[in-house]
Amino acid sequence: MSKPGDLEISRRDLLIVAGATVVTTSSTMGAYAQTVQPIASALPATAAQHSPVTLDVNGSVRKLDLDNRTTLLDALREHLQLTGTKKGCDHGQCGACTVMVDGQRVNSCLTLAVMHQGAKVTTIEGLGTPEHLHPMQAAFVKHDGYQCGYCTPGQICSAVAVLAEVKAGIPSHVSGDLTQAPELTATELRERMSGNICRCGAYSNIVDAMTEVAGSPA
Amino acid sequence: MRPFTYERVSTPAAAASAAARNQNAKFIAGGTNLLDLMKLEIETPAHLIDVNGLAFDKIESTPEGGLRIGALVRNTALAAHDTVRRDYGLLSRALLAGASGQLRNKATTAGNLLQRTRCPYFYDTNQACNKRKPGSGCAAIGGVTRQLAVIGASDACIATNPSDMAVAMRALDAKIETVAPDGATRAIPIADFHRLPGDTPEIETTLKPGELITAVTLPKPVGGKQIYRKVRDRASYAFALVSVGAIIQPDGSGRVAVGGVAHKPWRNEAAETQMTRGAKAVASQLLDGAKPTADNAFKVALVERTLAAVLTEAKG
Repeated sequence: MSKPGDLEISRRDLLIVAGATVVTTSSTMGAYAQTVQPIASALPATAAQHSPVTLDVNGSVRKLDLDNRTTLLDALREHLQLTGTKKGCDHGQCGACTVMVDGQRVNSCLTLAVMHQGAKVTTIEGLGTPEHLHPMQAAFVKHDGYQCGYCTPGQICSAVAVLAEVKAGIPSHVSGDLTQAPELTATELRERMSGNICRCGAYSNIVDAMTEVAGSPA
Repeated sequence: MRPFTYERVSTPAAAASAAARNQNAKFIAGGTNLLDLMKLEIETPAHLIDVNGLAFDKIESTPEGGLRIGALVRNTALAAHDTVRRDYGLLSRALLAGASGQLRNKATTAGNLLQRTRCPYFYDTNQACNKRKPGSGCAAIGGVTRQLAVIGASDACIATNPSDMAVAMRALDAKIETVAPDGATRAIPIADFHRLPGDTPEIETTLKPGELITAVTLPKPVGGKQIYRKVRDRASYAFALVSVGAIIQPDGSGRVAVGGVAHKPWRNEAAETQMTRGAKAVASQLLDGAKPTADNAFKVALVERTLAAVLTEAKG
């Protein structure tokens, strides 16, 4: 079976071409100037503006030579065809791009791939497979922790990391006594997941899924 | 994003030399603010110097009984550090009130101090902004000013400093340690680190070109009840409309720094002599000279009421 990246013209490419057409058309309309930013990213990078980088992604060593501007998110999606990680806002506001780097959750849209030489990156593809779901993936399915599913890979990566952060004793904004270990309450989970936005509003089911995996009643 | 060249450095000397060699270079550590602004082409460095390889990631005791926090210590690690939680709870609380878990894992101590304003007119490249483009004017003045400064602003700029961490550090009398490209080191009291906008709002700190933050030091613990209360439009993951960081001693004396009202964390030690007289007495002196707009006049009342809530909490 061919992989999505093997297709001559993928659905993604078609969408990119279609998007470019829209920008070209609307950039001639002065009234829309506020919504059409100059696309200077079309500026080509010279050889000096590329860098080699080696990442350990989901247990595989991947060597890349990237335009320095490439975010970790774009490296995963556009260069490694790991499209499970999603691009939502591309500005660190929505959390759809959340992955784990060296065990810590980060917004992959707000970090450059070349800044992660030798790092271990875990994406949704590295957590589980359709045949062997990660417990958090299984709990999201069981508790209906999503509707459209676009934010879900980021939600699940974040949720897995949140439980590890609580276990490691890292406090949050809603923790009571700073000198005590944080508790695993629904209030704690909601605060800690606030960097992951779900426009469908599946939040309460996500808390249920996390609570089940944590093995403690909410 | 504009193209740029990139290098990793592993010593302060290499960082300084890279900064001296490259015009329009920027240091990058967490990158959560810088890359955001580079995507919008508000920041357009030609060269990035990745300082993540420097050994500035430790938190250690100082001979004076205080704490030295390495410039690269991540916000999560700082907030979760046992000594910080026990002796500098205000700092933990302020850090945890800011950003999201993902961002705190990446954002550094030095980067947090250097983060830029979230004034919507600074972010919108179609608007005049003296901070983004010196001399272009300030579209915020006369615009939508609900989130903007009520004190210490100028005719050139009414932006606020967005940091929660810096408010706590201001109340804790932190010092910022730096190394200049020529190797000279200095310690800048945080009161002198952030600038008021004046005629040059594009210059936000007293750092010199190429000067690198190496650490932040805190004096020995002062005890007291340490409370950070942040008022915002939603319960989590939003910038402050107003925040109050306070250290209240058993006798009612204490310190107060305020966020969300000015171009820097706002503190007036003289106002703190009024602490035992209550929030109104402190707030009126602290915000003496405030020039709010119709949109943000509520912040003046909100500072007083938030401080009143903090003083009540301190008694509990």
